[in-house]
Amino acid sequence: MLDFFIGHYAYWFVFILMAIGLYGMTVKCNLVKKLIGMTIFQVSIILFFVASANKWGATVPVLDHSAGSIDPTKYINPLPHTLMLTAIVVGVATLGVALALVITIYNRYQTLDETRLLEHMRKDDDSE
Amino acid sequence: MILSNSPALAPLSLLLAAIVIPMVAFRRRWLAFPIALCASAFATGISVVNLVRVLSEGVIHYHFGGWIPPIGIEYVLDPLSAFVTLVVNAVSLLVLVHAHRSVAAELPDRSMPYYAVVMLMLTGFNGIILTGDFFNLYVFLEISSLALYGMIAVGNKKSPVAAFRYLIMGTVGGSFYLLGVGFVYMTTGSLNMADIAKIAPTLYHQPALVAALGLMVVGLGIKMAIFPLHGWLPDAYTYAPSASSALIAPVGAKVGVYAIIRVIFYVFGVDFVRHSLPLTDILAWLGAIAIVYGSVLAIAQKEMKRMLAYSSVAQIGYIGLGIGLANPYGIIGAVLHVMNHALMKACLFLVAGNFRLKLGHSTIPRLDHRVRKRMPWTTAAFTVGALSMVGVPPTVGFFSKWYLALGTIQNGRWLFLAALLVSSLLNAVYFFRVLEKVYMKPLEGDVPDDGDTALAEAPGSMLIPTLVLGIALLLLGLFNAVIVTGIITRIVPPGM
Amino acid sequence: MRTHRPNPIVSLVSRVVSPFIMMFALYVIFHGHYSPGGGFQGGTLIAAALILIRLAEGNETAQLQFPRAWATPLGSLGVLIYFGTGLAAVFMGGRFLDYSVLHLAHHATMSRSYGILLVEIGVGLAVTAILVSIFDNLLEGKPDA
Repeated sequence: MLDFFIGHYAYWFVFILMAIGLYGMTVKCNLVKKLIGMTIFQVSIILFFVASANKWGATVPVLDHSAGSIDPTKYINPLPHTLMLTAIVVGVATLGVALALVITIYNRYQTLDETRLLEHMRKDDDSE
Repeated sequence: MILSNSPALAPLSLLLAAIVIPMVAFRRRWLAFPIALCASAFATGISVVNLVRVLSEGVIHYHFGGWIPPIGIEYVLDPLSAFVTLVVNAVSLLVLVHAHRSVAAELPDRSMPYYAVVMLMLTGFNGIILTGDFFNLYVFLEISSLALYGMIAVGNKKSPVAAFRYLIMGTVGGSFYLLGVGFVYMTTGSLNMADIAKIAPTLYHQPALVAALGLMVVGLGIKMAIFPLHGWLPDAYTYAPSASSALIAPVGAKVGVYAIIRVIFYVFGVDFVRHSLPLTDILAWLGAIAIVYGSVLAIAQKEMKRMLAYSSVAQIGYIGLGIGLANPYGIIGAVLHVMNHALMKACLFLVAGNFRLKLGHSTIPRLDHRVRKRMPWTTAAFTVGALSMVGVPPTVGFFSKWYLALGTIQNGRWLFLAALLVSSLLNAVYFFRVLEKVYMKPLEGDVPDDGDTALAEAPGSMLIPTLVLGIALLLLGLFNAVIVTGIITRIVPPGM
Repeated sequence: MRTHRPNPIVSLVSRVVSPFIMMFALYVIFHGHYSPGGGFQGGTLIAAALILIRLAEGNETAQLQFPRAWATPLGSLGVLIYFGTGLAAVFMGGRFLDYSVLHLAHHATMSRSYGILLVEIGVGLAVTAILVSIFDNLLEGKPDA
């Protein structure tokens, strides 16, 4: 039973981060806090992939030719790391677009609070 | 050289246009539109070539970089992907022709970045449809999503908020899909779709693989806007500029549908899905609820674009129902509806764009019969589109509903059949409301014809695509048997 | 951040450190294909060096080093280098992005290695330009009409 928690502690950590990110995105009213929640959520998935690449007693996947023949079980799996490079870039680009949107919203409505934004939009809709 | 590389040329040419437009049109803004139009026309031509090749040669694999899968990434051309790319590229070409005047009117000083972003969106869509690798699908999904956020945000005052909400929901969807891909990779050790299709049947009850299927379908469902996950769609389609709505609405949700069909039927297989999660049942129920929900809410809308957005929710419900039935008629109906809905919605959104350009608004209570007198061709195209959405033969909308109804009868789901028929009635209500405003004169208090010379028919570059789509609705309806027997019956996945 | 308050310590340290950051970034780009590093990481470092000067010296002075108007064309140029390598492979008769037909070296494996290097340079250029452009746009934030 204890092994279920301690043996997989990396995945429990990822799960807690994911929950924090989802909480931030859904419950918080401020747009910037939603963005922070979104970033935490994406980072938790990246950590999940990286944690899954590990092997017992393995080292960094840079080939060491002086060790003789190459044994694949001595190096961790580099493929999830490569995939996560792309995922990090996607996260950065999304954050850039989101920040530009937040600045535009602030310039037009002078508030970043979601409930007040929705009120303004309903008023604009009715007056149109 | 073109023929041997033809599977990859469609997204590559669109990507080249997206790169070249900022460099070349930086000083000369008028160059942006011709480059975009050429790239889109080339991509449509390549899609036709691909479809002809696939129907004569069978499934074609294209290995990027010369690496053999499952180590390398490959593009797979089979009848489904060739068909959907042709629909996406052809409809986008017609809408792009229309967009020239619309963008010049609504976004005068930002036309160069706008066309570059449109090209990126089309690259993303083509990549999603053609790829045979799960992670490559995620990359193109995010490329197209970022382009969509940008295209929606440049509209009127409320559009950044709509784009922001779409961003949050879209990122959650993409992240769930990525998590699903991670589970699949850790369980099967491969990211290639054909490879996983061979390995998955041996791993029926692995919890990680079942969870992967659920996560991927939920993530792609957010992009597809199936019923409870559709919250971003009405605001995004309404507040975007007219050209963006016309580009996104016909094809945007369809790539999500395509990805779900691939994941459920081609990679995991119907047997796996039936053994593990009742996913097809859930999709069918959600589709049926979406049909009724979308149609009822569309009746309550005053603004035409918002009405069309809720109507899109209902139409995506049809496709979800077709997928959820998981029998040959259902799949045929769903794929045929992908094509039909793209044509119908493109025609209707182009009409709304014409109204916006000439009338300044597209609110339904403010339309009157002067519109029909001054813009006869546009209202004629709207009428054909409305009849097709309701499902009147011989327009093309009737036939996809016919196949879906046959699918529900084959499974014996009478409740879904009732939902289909009731929704056609509801569609009639909200479309004929517009037709009544436009075609009928009021009983007393006739609106004087004040000789308003500014109200004229839409300009040629906007009118011709609208009419071409309207005529296509009729022609493709009359000849739909050719399409169904020639292409779509080959799409029915193995094992059905 | 709109008003720049000149500070001699910050200004001196950032002017000394920034070229070293760029040198390290070039090292990271060029070692990307067989050890940790690569185009995106190196590009981010160069962008960090440029943004450091923007923060320390003020926006107007820093425009002399990397003007705002260069960002979009340079970014497109970077992606065009990446795309052009792949397209050159198609013209030489192979598949897209098949570097072994480019004959950059005698052995096919070394040719692939040099092909990836070209691609990494293109990616680094694109990432630098775009990150600096994002920073500039967020800084501008003109109120909308």
